[in-house]
Amino acid sequence: MRTLDPHSPQIPRLASILILFALLAVTWLVWSGFFKALLLFLGLVSSVLCLWLTIRMRFFDDYLFCLPVGLGFVGYLFWLLREVLKSSLDVTKIVLSPSLPVSPRIARIRAGSEHPYDQVLFANSITLTPGTLSMDVDKGVITVHSLTEEGMRDLMSGEMDRRITALRRK
Amino acid sequence: MYIAVALALVVTMGLALIRALLGPTVYDRVLAVNMMGTKTVLLLSVITFAIGRPDFLDLALAYALINFIGVLAVLEFFRKRSELDPENNTKEAE
Amino acid sequence: METVIDIVSWLLLTSGGFFVLVGGVGALRMPNLYTRMHAASVTDSIGPILVIGGLILQAGMTLVSIKLAAILVFLLLTGPTASNALASAAMLSGHRPGLAQKMSAEDES
Repeated sequence: MRTLDPHSPQIPRLASILILFALLAVTWLVWSGFFKALLLFLGLVSSVLCLWLTIRMRFFDDYLFCLPVGLGFVGYLFWLLREVLKSSLDVTKIVLSPSLPVSPRIARIRAGSEHPYDQVLFANSITLTPGTLSMDVDKGVITVHSLTEEGMRDLMSGEMDRRITALRRK
Repeated sequence: MYIAVALALVVTMGLALIRALLGPTVYDRVLAVNMMGTKTVLLLSVITFAIGRPDFLDLALAYALINFIGVLAVLEFFRKRSELDPENNTKEAE
Repeated sequence: METVIDIVSWLLLTSGGFFVLVGGVGALRMPNLYTRMHAASVTDSIGPILVIGGLILQAGMTLVSIKLAAILVFLLLTGPTASNALASAAMLSGHRPGLAQKMSAEDES
C-alpha cells in the first residue's frame, strides 16, 4: 500500500516515531498537570507502551506523518470553516421550512491527489460540511451523497479538491 | 446563560433519544446514539463552566474517546452479523 | 475589551445552541437515514465549533483552553469518520437511499 506521492516530503521512520512520542508526552503533561516524579514516570511508561503498540500495529511501515501542515493548511482550515458555516445555514433553512424541500443525490467524484492522506482529508472535509456526506472512498473515487442539488453542484465545481491538491504542490 | 445552552443541548439529546426509540433501522439508532454522545461531550464542557469545576473537561474528553470507539465497535458488530446471516438482515421495516 | 469578548462568546454559544437544536429537529423530521445523517452533521460539525469556540473565549489563555481545543480537534476528526463508517455500513447492508433523481457522474474520468 505504498502509494505515496513523490512530491510529498517524506519524514523518516525514526523521526515520525519521535514526533508521536513527543505528542504523547505533551498530552500527558497537559492532562495531568502534576510534575511529581512518580506521575512523570507513569506518563513515560504509558507513552512508551502506546508507542510499542503502534509499532506493533505496523503503523509506521505504511503511512508516515505527512499531512501538509503549514501556513497553507491553516488557510485551508479557515476556508473550510466559512464553507461549513455557509452550508449549515443552508441545511438549517431546509430543516426549518415546513415543506422540507430535500432532493437527495449521489455522485462519484475523483480526488485530484493520489496521496492517501489527501484523499482522507478530502473525504472528511466533505462529510464535515453539512449537506454533503462521503459514503465510500475507493482508489481515489469518493461516493458522495448530498441533500440538495446545489450542494452537489458546489462540490462538483471542484474548489475544495483544488485547494487540497494545491496544499502539497509547492 | 450557560443554562440556556445546556438546555438546548438537553432538548436535542431528548430529540435524538426519540429518534433512537423510533428507529426504524438499526443505523438510525446508531446515528442517534452518536449524536447523543457528541451532545454529552458538549454538555459536559458547558457544565464545567456553569459550575466552575475544570476537572469535568477530562470526563468530556474521555467520553469523546469512548463514544467514537463504541460507535465503530457497534457498526463492526452489525456488519459482521449481516455478513454471517444475510437472511436475517439488520434491516427492519422501512 | 472584556465586554466585547463576553458579547462575542455569548453570541457564539447561543448560535451554537441554536444550530444544535436545529440538527436535533432535523434528525426527527427528515424522511430517511441518509438525509437524517445530513441533519445530524449540523450538530456534529458547526455545533462543537461554535459552543467550544465560545467557551474558549470565556476561558482566555489558560490550560482549560488548551484542553477545550484538544476536545474540539478530536470531535472534528472523529465525527466525520464515524458518519463515514455509518454510511458505508448502511450501504453495505443494502440500505438504499431514496433518491430524487440519479445524477450521472460528471466528474468521473
